[in-house]
Amino acid sequence: MSDAKSLRVAYGEALVELGTKNSKVVVLDADLAHATMTSMFADRYPDRFFNYGIAEQNLMSAAAGFAHSGLIPFASTFALFGAGRAYEIIRNAIAYNNTNVKIACSHSGISVGEDGGSHQSIEDIGLMRLIPNMTVLVPCDPIEMKKAIAAAATINGPVYIRVARPVVSNITTEDTQFEIGKVVTLREGTDVALISTGLMTERALHAALMLEKEGISAKVVNVHSLKPFDVTTIRQIAKSVKGIVTAEEHSVIGGLASAVSESLVGTLPQGFGFEKVAITDTFGKSGKPEDLFSYFHLTAEDIANKARSIARRK
Amino acid sequence: MDIASQTVKARELRADVLTMLYKSQSGHPGGSLSCVEILMALYYNVANINPQDPHWEDRDRIVLSKGHAAPILYAILADLHYFPKSDLSSFRQIDSHLQGHPDMVKTLGVDVNTGSLGQGAAIAGGMANAAKYLKKDYQVFAILGDGELQEGLIWEASMAASHYKLDNLTFLLDHNGLQIDGTNEQVMSLGDIIAKYEAFGFSCFKVDGHDIQAIVEALNAPTEGKPKFICCETVKGKGVSFMENQAGWHGKAPNKEQYVQAMKELGVEVNV
Repeated sequence: MSDAKSLRVAYGEALVELGTKNSKVVVLDADLAHATMTSMFADRYPDRFFNYGIAEQNLMSAAAGFAHSGLIPFASTFALFGAGRAYEIIRNAIAYNNTNVKIACSHSGISVGEDGGSHQSIEDIGLMRLIPNMTVLVPCDPIEMKKAIAAAATINGPVYIRVARPVVSNITTEDTQFEIGKVVTLREGTDVALISTGLMTERALHAALMLEKEGISAKVVNVHSLKPFDVTTIRQIAKSVKGIVTAEEHSVIGGLASAVSESLVGTLPQGFGFEKVAITDTFGKSGKPEDLFSYFHLTAEDIANKARSIARRK
Repeated sequence: MDIASQTVKARELRADVLTMLYKSQSGHPGGSLSCVEILMALYYNVANINPQDPHWEDRDRIVLSKGHAAPILYAILADLHYFPKSDLSSFRQIDSHLQGHPDMVKTLGVDVNTGSLGQGAAIAGGMANAAKYLKKDYQVFAILGDGELQEGLIWEASMAASHYKLDNLTFLLDHNGLQIDGTNEQVMSLGDIIAKYEAFGFSCFKVDGHDIQAIVEALNAPTEGKPKFICCETVKGKGVSFMENQAGWHGKAPNKEQYVQAMKELGVEVNV
């Protein structure tokens, strides 16, 4: 598709657009501007871009300082070095006093590919979800990325935005609803619900098409807000189907599967199906992204298999 | 208030610190007593602040990076009427706005949350860089502990301060030589601090950290194009004979007898 682009490029474009509209927006990076694509903002607004070098703790601390001075800083680095290495800075210097810093971290999940396990953040959603005051957004396509960046700037408080590296096609449209804290149903279905986030939503839609051919009706629900989490709608959806499959490019611990479990515990009828497509409690590894999706069982076929096991019950 | 009369004020503030710690039976006396004059040089002499307008956007920022010295910060903020002095007796209690470490959300006059070491200095660097970008004249002052210099973040922030030529940023080091587990030398030697900060591109000054006049002069010295580092030589537990130079008084409250004795040394008779 002609509109296919990397989510990080979509992030760079969204920053430039936001920067044009809002003069308070400044951007900070840690020597990865050409990988996170904040370089696009730096090229357009060089005096509003601050490179803090390979020093992620200081990147986040300095961003807090900019926010305390009335600006809206977007701080970017790789997810593992932002959410991971600088975790405690984000917790104490940013979230603890509800500081207006936007943390947009690229190279999340195993879709980083060849760089391997040391660079593949499979825990960032969990880490960020744990912090009070934090909003956690995981866009699924370029259009949603643009909406997420615009929405983040309207919140007076910390926001974490997960930015994936691969090129993806738009699966939502400009008209698709985007409200922080609300899930979006992209496809109706009555047998199972595929509840997915980020890059897995495209795969969930593929899975739904496969299932349709087999006579299984799958609803596809995209979760761009991991926090605040749409507990009400998730409970309503669970009541309308035989079971659900969660799908995320993240550890099965702490991310979407956890958020859905926390929402539904104690509310499910006997025999309700609950399956999870996620990275089991293990580290990533080198390889081509698509090979890694297969290796870690994160494909449309994997989602469909879990859905089939639910649909065949009784 | 002229500087000569500030020695009386310093004694009163030290007494306030001890009373807070005695009442809450927790807190950090040693490092609070060592930076009394450093904070006084800022709050009573140099910093451009307005207690009637705590959020004035052009105010100078004061960041207590060694946030465990919160008691002396609170004593000064109360003395300047940011909040009633009677609040001090609630320090560290469940219903108090005076947290164990400074909290800007809860306490009027606190410019940023600190307590996790290294972060205050680094946030101060961001504030100073933002001031440059916004073409604002305000200064940013951060008070650092010497043990705090062992945090890697301090050196990340120091490198950036020099890179961005933040001559509106001053680090004041409370160099009392002691930390929880012993002396700096025993735990992790700081080496030649002045040489290190000179190598990092700061304008460096060394003063008696209990001489307000000397600290004020260093604060007012020009430093065009460079951030400033003022090494304030201090005594941990300053003003209370049995607390002075004792690492054991880093994070321990005085008991009744110790409190009475300490207050007596500060010229206050108390009956408890």
